[in-house]
Amino acid sequence: MSIMEYNGGAVVAMVGKNCVAIACDKRLGVQAMTISTEFPKTFQATPKTYIGLPGLATDVQTLSEKFRFKVNMYKLKEEREIEPRTLAHLVSSTLYERRFGPWFVEPVIAGLDKENRPFICSTDLIGCINFAKDFVVSGTTSNQLYGMCESLWEPDLEPEDLFETISQSLMNAVDRDCLSGWGAQVTVITPDQVITRTLKSRQD
Amino acid sequence: MFSTYPGQVVVDHPVKVPIEHRFDPYVDNGGTLLSIAGEDFCVVAADTRLSEGYSINSRYVPKSVKLSDKTVISMGGCYADCLTLTKKIQQSMEWYHHAHGKTMSTAAVAQMLSIMLYQKRFFPFYSWCILGGLDEEGKGAVYTYDPVGSYERESCRCAGSASSLIQPFLDNQIGFKNQASQKKTLSLDQVLRITKDSFTSATERDIYTGDYLELFVITSKGVEVQKMDLKKD
Repeated sequence: MSIMEYNGGAVVAMVGKNCVAIACDKRLGVQAMTISTEFPKTFQATPKTYIGLPGLATDVQTLSEKFRFKVNMYKLKEEREIEPRTLAHLVSSTLYERRFGPWFVEPVIAGLDKENRPFICSTDLIGCINFAKDFVVSGTTSNQLYGMCESLWEPDLEPEDLFETISQSLMNAVDRDCLSGWGAQVTVITPDQVITRTLKSRQD
Repeated sequence: MFSTYPGQVVVDHPVKVPIEHRFDPYVDNGGTLLSIAGEDFCVVAADTRLSEGYSINSRYVPKSVKLSDKTVISMGGCYADCLTLTKKIQQSMEWYHHAHGKTMSTAAVAQMLSIMLYQKRFFPFYSWCILGGLDEEGKGAVYTYDPVGSYERESCRCAGSASSLIQPFLDNQIGFKNQASQKKTLSLDQVLRITKDSFTSATERDIYTGDYLELFVITSKGVEVQKMDLKKD
């Protein structure tokens, strides 16, 4: 079995009308055995930018700290918050630095830029960026998420509708994946607030 | 003389090495199939693309076959195995008709297919089967199989290359999973719409699904076939 599927996990991000949403499951497992159900995979990078890190849990923890450090250093040097697009390139170069011994994570970045324009992207484990205009998926549930998002997502969703769309996409996708699920965390980012909700889902 | 590197053994006489003969009898021809049971109808749908690796062998090869006025079979996997299995089912149904003077019921075909698949337990037909039709009471019935004959009656099922994309969508839209609203029974129109949406979505992301969608609508009036275009890229 691939090391990318050792701990399991799912992350999805979607663009709405002047808003973005990012969601993840909360399972941590070792192959089929569930170790924890309190292991969210999205992290706040700036007030309006989140980063999702599904993959090998040890690398998820190391990289979340590494990105926290790098984002803080950026803020100290530049005296401003990092833009989501800049963060995407920071993530990409951090991963490509380990081209021949990679971090086993496939990050997702979602946020609003300084003009409050939505931005989402995902990268593979060596930092190849996919700038999508609609939605991005990552993790062991990616097939199921592609199917759900491709049929539920539509352009210009308002924050509440975007929340419902991303939640339904994630929950129904992870219910068909043994390695993901056990609760979910959904964050909707709008120009004037960030709402994070914890969802209860099937516990099997 | 041969140039050598440390540890290399140079042999200057012929050596007999056994030649390995191996053949791989299976090939995955891709494709997606789906069936949904309604109150008094059943929809069986499948795309018509026949692929092999990155090639498209044909854009129109139907995966579904009408077995009787009440039963339709749909198969994906190795197309050669699917053809043979379909032929076996049709022949056995004909013999049944001659022996008993009546057409096989959907439940009987379902049971028979399970046995046919299990008969080849140790050299299986590489086929994902979905049997759709009406049961003895006229209600919609969907039977799904694994390649060795394990089967189950369900209300909806998707199989084949894009099954992982479509099945969660069906859970949500047909089974109302993760929705607080109570279960509703869906009309034929709604089921057809969900089916078509499933395939247009799957075609976007699965390279083995596309070209055309063939829908079999089974009602008490018989079997009606519809065709729809899917993306051809």
